[in-house]
Amino acid sequence: MAVIGSEPSAAPLLSVENLHVTFHGDEGTVQAVRGVTWELRSGEVLGIVGESGSGKSVSVASILGLLPSPPAVVSGGPITFEGRNLLSLSERELRAIRGKDIAMIFQDPMTAFNPVQTIGHQISEAIRVHDRGVKRAAARDRSIELLSLVGVPSPAARFDQFPHEYSGGMRQRAMVAMAIANQPKLLIADEPTTALDVTIQAQILELLEVVRRETHAATILITHDLGVIAEVADRVLVMYAGKVVESTSILPLFQSPRHPYTLGLLGSLPRLDVNMETLFSIPGQPPDMAHPPPGCAFAPRCSLSRDRSLCRAEEPPLIRVGEAWSACHFVEEMEHEAEVVSHEVGMDIRVGES
Amino acid sequence: MTASPAASADIHTTLSPGEQLLQVDDLAVEFPIRSTILRRTLGTVQAVAGISFDVRAGETLGLVGESGCGKSTTGLAVLRLIEPSGGSVVFRGHDLSRLSPSELRPFRREMQIVLQDPFSSLDPRLTVRSILAEPIRVHQMAEGKRLRERVDELLELVGLRPDHGSRFPHEFSGGQRQRIGIARALALGPQLLVLDEPVSALDVSIQAQIVNLLERLQDELNLAYLFIAHDLSVVKHISDRIAVMYLGKIVELGTRDEITTAPRHPYTKALLSAVPIPDPTRRGLGRRIVLQGDVPSPASPPSGCRFRTRCWKAQAICAEVEPTLEGSSTQLAACHFPEPGLLDILPASHQ
Amino acid sequence: MIRQDGPGEGLDLDAIVEASITAGEETISEMSVDEVAARPPRSPFKVAMRRFMRHRLALISLVFLICLGLVAVFAPIVAPADPNAVDLTSLRSPPSPGHILGTDSAGRDVLSRIIYGARVSLTVGVAAAVSAAGIGTILGLIAGFTRGWVDSVIMRIVDIFLSFPSLIVILLLVAILGPSVITIVVVIAFFEWPTSCRIVRQMTLALREHDFVLAARAGGASNFRIMRRHILSGVVSPLTVVATLLSAQAILLEAALSFLGLGVRPPQASWGGMLNEAQSITVLEGMPWLWLPPGIAIASTVLAINFIGDGLRDAFDPRQTR
Repeated sequence: MAVIGSEPSAAPLLSVENLHVTFHGDEGTVQAVRGVTWELRSGEVLGIVGESGSGKSVSVASILGLLPSPPAVVSGGPITFEGRNLLSLSERELRAIRGKDIAMIFQDPMTAFNPVQTIGHQISEAIRVHDRGVKRAAARDRSIELLSLVGVPSPAARFDQFPHEYSGGMRQRAMVAMAIANQPKLLIADEPTTALDVTIQAQILELLEVVRRETHAATILITHDLGVIAEVADRVLVMYAGKVVESTSILPLFQSPRHPYTLGLLGSLPRLDVNMETLFSIPGQPPDMAHPPPGCAFAPRCSLSRDRSLCRAEEPPLIRVGEAWSACHFVEEMEHEAEVVSHEVGMDIRVGES
Repeated sequence: MTASPAASADIHTTLSPGEQLLQVDDLAVEFPIRSTILRRTLGTVQAVAGISFDVRAGETLGLVGESGCGKSTTGLAVLRLIEPSGGSVVFRGHDLSRLSPSELRPFRREMQIVLQDPFSSLDPRLTVRSILAEPIRVHQMAEGKRLRERVDELLELVGLRPDHGSRFPHEFSGGQRQRIGIARALALGPQLLVLDEPVSALDVSIQAQIVNLLERLQDELNLAYLFIAHDLSVVKHISDRIAVMYLGKIVELGTRDEITTAPRHPYTKALLSAVPIPDPTRRGLGRRIVLQGDVPSPASPPSGCRFRTRCWKAQAICAEVEPTLEGSSTQLAACHFPEPGLLDILPASHQ
Repeated sequence: MIRQDGPGEGLDLDAIVEASITAGEETISEMSVDEVAARPPRSPFKVAMRRFMRHRLALISLVFLICLGLVAVFAPIVAPADPNAVDLTSLRSPPSPGHILGTDSAGRDVLSRIIYGARVSLTVGVAAAVSAAGIGTILGLIAGFTRGWVDSVIMRIVDIFLSFPSLIVILLLVAILGPSVITIVVVIAFFEWPTSCRIVRQMTLALREHDFVLAARAGGASNFRIMRRHILSGVVSPLTVVATLLSAQAILLEAALSFLGLGVRPPQASWGGMLNEAQSITVLEGMPWLWLPPGIAIASTVLAINFIGDGLRDAFDPRQTR
């Protein structure tokens, strides 16, 4: 099995191999994740970008066994975390890992907190659930310390408040505090700023940077926002229709995208820093994952494919292209395609090429 | 400026681009705060606290701000889908706030709205055809074969096919539903569209399709847009002029280049700097201004300048005197200590 | 149905589960032109019916009720004997080839009385539920749409009705007005409308907040038009479920009234009335053919209606059950 983007020497913290997730409904089967392989090293920030239904959240939720089954069926694997296959662990063993070694930050902090318990109580419980030896008073002190670390003002008073008494940004800070309470080795942030206003988003992104410096935790950041990715990620996976279509370090992704979908996304993003004549429009809709198209799932919308039969007939494997990995049959034409798209939108979308 | 139905006949003619279409003056919207049990009125929230702007034929005015700033309320109040508590909305010389519901009806043909949520904005039990036909039927503008042709035309205008008309909203994706919502807004042939976060529920690639569609429609139909959104990048891309709102007030108003390259109001500046730029080479350049704290509650806004509690430039005067929206050029800012505007920093030769 | 889809999907387990439920109800993709043309439009009604058809219990129940309905309509043809024909030679005779289900204390054929009794039960069930739902819908729509003091008044009336011990009041009313099918229908409807009124009001309050109502107003539609075209149509499906359950209740109430001797006038056959004749220990112990058939008829009819109600609810809102 080819391992994507790894240094040969460093043992990964987490590796996911050939992961499949399907949902079995009354009227058919949705193939949400269709064979995904990647890995994450300690201390690294891995961004996973994709649109709704690309499988980015589902693939990560399956790591922690968070998908309801039925209808979800997880197959393939292994998912190896520190030498253990997470897919073979019991629910009890997984619970010991969740919130301890691997912690999550969710999109909507309002639903992630229990509305009838104080924030402080919930953070203290998160600590005590993994270490019964901690006394209540000690857990309280530690929680207040955490709240203060994530920038909640007057944390001692805030400790006894309920989630609805926090503003949206504050709640997200409290969720970060809860996530780092047990010094996790891996932090999974699923659209952590999507529900927030842009000025609050800036605060939270800054906070995540602080947290990363303090805890040295590796981070998986799931987002649809390439701007957020550009600000925080070291390495990026681009997902489309349940597959990884491009995997590369952060700079090459923006300098020389190796998949037409990535390129299309970059071209369709309105920019604050550059004037664009028009937005590049990826035609059509994402495929219906109950009936994914044969061959390359992106082919029907692809500007590079131009209806070439290879794209419709054969599924492109993820192959190494220089430093990057790309799942495109015609990856060698990407340079030219980038120029075509740049010309169309009236700006060079390849960073550092102007 | 009172209008009778007879006098409003002149509003259906086309204006040439640049002529004033809509003039909003000191618009205010208040919501009562009621106790939950007895429904006594405890006080009011000023969601929109006296704002003024105008929209000209064929242009796009972007209205941008964070949640709770009153931008969507403004859009609804302009169309009188919410009753304003003060100020005036003048459409081609007619003050809408004084019209009775029946007098307002002809104006509905000229001012339409596209809403954010493509799932909630279409009645799931009606076919696309009857959704598009409804406003035309209400205004008795066509029926029978002509109605059918008009609906086909609308579908094609927004990039759908006539045979899509017999289908139901749930059979379409989010982007396609938004196209249907746009087609419905165009059904009566309006001059002004209020676009309330029309692309914020959509994925990036679909968002680009809809933005391009809106730009094409504007060119083809000479539409004016009041484009309301929280995403500055999208607003910048589509707008000719931009108004920035904070806590019920417009803090800055100018052309898009003025606002995005040389913001005068500290809030605009902070807002711009907070937008993540999809360019990793610019990471850590220290350009970001991170505002402290949250937006205060609109139920008890700060005295004087509403932004002063989060502003790094605030002085004593900011708590006492409310700054008015002013400036020497087209770029107006409501700040006691504004930054230099675009005209101030451009070399004289450019002026 | 209220759906909120954000730009990024986030870890929304509800959405994931829903996606799996609605799998196969794919949206029209712009590429598959031929497919689209080939496929008939799927109205929400058709989709719901398809889901209903997959609900096996409900489907069986529906078939059962349809048969029962046909039997009731064609009772004179189907019934082996005149339900009121007295055969003094065979009083309380056990089932025999001549009387498949035996005869009662007046020598009347039990099977024929069951068949004719279905007429009463079904009439009362349908008529009472339809009138209760009708009153409830009108008042619920008005309350939910106008809100304000009208809403308060209507809802207080609903509260008062729901706080009555309805069976006692119904007994009193029937005793005063004199028992007949019409009285029973009117009285039951009178006490059952508040349930549907509450549901309709709640749905109206939810529906009026939808953006499509705002869009209709922006298009110049009047309140009456909005209520008729957008709200009423949305209320119909939950109302159907409620009305189904109401009709089951009405059938039970009618049976209870007849059992207490306040139902339809004898000698007209009704299931409750047949039970009334089987009160003594001797009958209960030794003559099960007098009380078992009407008991089974009532129980299976009510059960079937409830299954249909479940099926309808699942069909209209598949998410509610999971």
